[in-house]
Amino acid sequence: MVEQVAQMVVHGEAWTIKDLFVLPNEYVYWSIQIVLYPYMTGLVAGAFVLSSLYHVFNVEKLKEIARYALVFSFALLPVAMMPLMLHLMQPFRGINVLMTPHFTSAISAFGIVFMTYAFIVAAEIWFVYRKFIVESIYRLTEKQDCTRLERLLLPIYKVISLGAMDISDKALNSDHKAIKFLAALGIPVACFLHGYAGFIFGSVKANALWMTPLMPVIFICSAVVSGIALCIVSYYLFMEIRKWAAKRGKNWLLPDALAQGGTAIPVEQLRSIQEHEVKITSKYLLIFMTAALTLEILDMIFRGYTAVKSWDALRMVIYEHDFMKIFVYQYGIGNFLPFLMLLLPGLTTRRAVIASSLVLFGVFMMRWNVVIGGQAFSLTFAGFMEYSMPIIPHDIETFKEGLGGMLSVIVTPFIIFYFLNMIFPAFMTDNESH
Amino acid sequence: MKNHVWRPLFVVIVIVIGILVFRAFYVPSDFGVQERGYTFGYHRLSNEQEWKDYPAKHKGNDYCNECHDDKIEELESAQHGIIPCENCHGAAFDHPNDPEKLTIDRSRGLCLRCHAELIMPSSGRNDIPGIDPVEHNKGEECSECHNPHNPSLEDM
Amino acid sequence: MPQSAQSQPGGYVIMKRRDFLKNTAVFVAGASVSVAALDFIDPKELLAANPELKWGFLVDTYKCVGCGFCVKACKTESDIPFEANVTRTWVERYVIKRDGDVVMDCPKGARDGYTTKLLDENRSGMVEVPDEEIAQAFFVPKLCNHCTTPACVQVCPVGATYQTADGVVLVDWTWCIGCGYCIMGCPYGVRFFHPVERVADKCTFCYHRISKGGNTACAQACPFGARQIGNLKDPNDPVAQAIMTQRVGILRDEYGTKPNVYYIGLNKEVR
Repeated sequence: MVEQVAQMVVHGEAWTIKDLFVLPNEYVYWSIQIVLYPYMTGLVAGAFVLSSLYHVFNVEKLKEIARYALVFSFALLPVAMMPLMLHLMQPFRGINVLMTPHFTSAISAFGIVFMTYAFIVAAEIWFVYRKFIVESIYRLTEKQDCTRLERLLLPIYKVISLGAMDISDKALNSDHKAIKFLAALGIPVACFLHGYAGFIFGSVKANALWMTPLMPVIFICSAVVSGIALCIVSYYLFMEIRKWAAKRGKNWLLPDALAQGGTAIPVEQLRSIQEHEVKITSKYLLIFMTAALTLEILDMIFRGYTAVKSWDALRMVIYEHDFMKIFVYQYGIGNFLPFLMLLLPGLTTRRAVIASSLVLFGVFMMRWNVVIGGQAFSLTFAGFMEYSMPIIPHDIETFKEGLGGMLSVIVTPFIIFYFLNMIFPAFMTDNESH
Repeated sequence: MKNHVWRPLFVVIVIVIGILVFRAFYVPSDFGVQERGYTFGYHRLSNEQEWKDYPAKHKGNDYCNECHDDKIEELESAQHGIIPCENCHGAAFDHPNDPEKLTIDRSRGLCLRCHAELIMPSSGRNDIPGIDPVEHNKGEECSECHNPHNPSLEDM
Repeated sequence: MPQSAQSQPGGYVIMKRRDFLKNTAVFVAGASVSVAALDFIDPKELLAANPELKWGFLVDTYKCVGCGFCVKACKTESDIPFEANVTRTWVERYVIKRDGDVVMDCPKGARDGYTTKLLDENRSGMVEVPDEEIAQAFFVPKLCNHCTTPACVQVCPVGATYQTADGVVLVDWTWCIGCGYCIMGCPYGVRFFHPVERVADKCTFCYHRISKGGNTACAQACPFGARQIGNLKDPNDPVAQAIMTQRVGILRDEYGTKPNVYYIGLNKEVR
């Protein structure tokens, strides 16, 4: 007999609290990382849809935030995969999803859909920034006293340009057509990417809370809501940082300015852009919020009215165990309060940003209540489980599935964005219309 | 000159071809759709044989009988004759080679698995003589009074 | 071979062509794997050609006394550490009171059997049901149902879990990515992450034993014959006969998974 007690870890035991009759193998197997996974893909999809509103439907007012949303969506992309990799027990075998996809499983599509989507976003960025890239190549080649960063950027731009140096009006015109096509193609793919994340849950017939055909639709709507909200909040924050940095000449906080070798951003202009974009965007936020809320409440009413076998257990979870999380945090603070804040007349930028932050929190709570709430009751319907998130990790497992893993996932997109912004200045303004 | 529009597509095609080539070498050759179809039988075929070759630890009374036939014959008619040898004597593994000697579980807890008194109407448990583990000679091993193979005190 | 080819004049050219052919063959073979993956074989056709074996299981809940020897034997047989709170098979206790209330428990999967009248309700503590309030009480052993249409296999994204032609659901430990989707997909809670291998694990019906004509470790360890494995396709098999001639039930048929573990003495309280 082999003694392997030392390295033996029952996955889930560290953070699951069982109550009453729970089967021996039941634990909260899907914890914080699986809460973050649909949350992050939702942000990716939502940010992309926001940028497409401008490119496809020619909503001119969204011009500035659209470019930012596109680049930020690209920065979020690798992070949508991160929770999955952190969650896998065998992360190095994650490639198997691409190698031997079993298409009867909702997860199997992830590799392919995710890559398709990544290609579309990357190609769209390429077309949007092609003119800038070519101009930068010319500018940096001619420049005599290049900084170290500029010497690094030049070969990057040369590779990224793929040798397409033609920036005649005709060539740029075909770029615009390509952008429009990709943005239009991207909307269904983004919706599919996220809708199928909803399908992953909705198709689990063993789980009474998850199994509903509404799940993908609810996920898409809340994805767009959270994506737009994140764009508003982060756009505002980045603009604040930029204003602050522009005033004090702290160039390292303005990576795009750094890349171009100068600040040249007037503070007043930043302020007017910020106010205008944030207010307009929050109107769209309101529209998508209405759709998301309607569906979620419909789902809840339907479950209570039909009251099938599982309802007794679900009711216990919804109205007793998770009452605070669902009705106070998710619906109250996360939905109705920002709804009112956005509807009341005289919307200021600051109020829109606070409302958007609450929306972000609300959507996060919704993901939490779906993923963790779905595991809050036993398959026996006679017992309950509670997830107590590990705060202080004592091994790699409690780090990944606890606060540490959560913070790493949340921080990473901003780090990626910082560097991406050097190559593709997301806040660049040009006078041409697309 | 419109051809630059297709360049991202060429990059994508190269990446996809690269993945397919990698796949050809990465995926075991016997991986595929087997008897139960794509939904239930998509797997690496040689894994079935790997599971068939998984080492067995319990060998059963017949295996014990190969050497200990004297004991088995005597004990099969005893009160506890229905209990397989390995339940108390431990799994055989490769005994007598490895382990040379089996570790017998003589603990009170082992006996209590059946003989702790529970009220279980409509279950076979009710037909087994039971004791209250808290009251009945607490702290002592059952085998001090009872012969584990033939535990009735009258027969001793 | 390469040496002799090189020693002859002109042999080099021949070898090069051979190498080329060989390489092409490797590439074509490799590419055909990906094509083969998309080929759909009609399962009915193959089952019709091979109809003689389908494993099934019979549990007699009247006979079970809750000793937990099956759980202990299973843990040893399948290398699940005894101390780990996961198990491929377990035994549940149901106590139905005269007022209709049901109290259930399953401490540590019953690996140590049931040795006390107190019921372990996890966070709610130990609960005692007074003897005179008990209307009926019984044990229900559980294991993987090796369903005919297993939900766990359907949801595996990489083909790491599958069903063999004789109906046993297995996990390929070398291919499982550990996403946990199968654990979520199983309506019976039989799956878990192996504490040492760190992949999904479950009951195999002791495939290594039954495919060599042996008995499962749990059935062999049961002194009372409460567990039996058999071939559902063989009309002379005791399990097949019992299922045919007696009133047996299955667990949670509402999920449409068509379980192959049958129970004698199941009643509505059993979850």
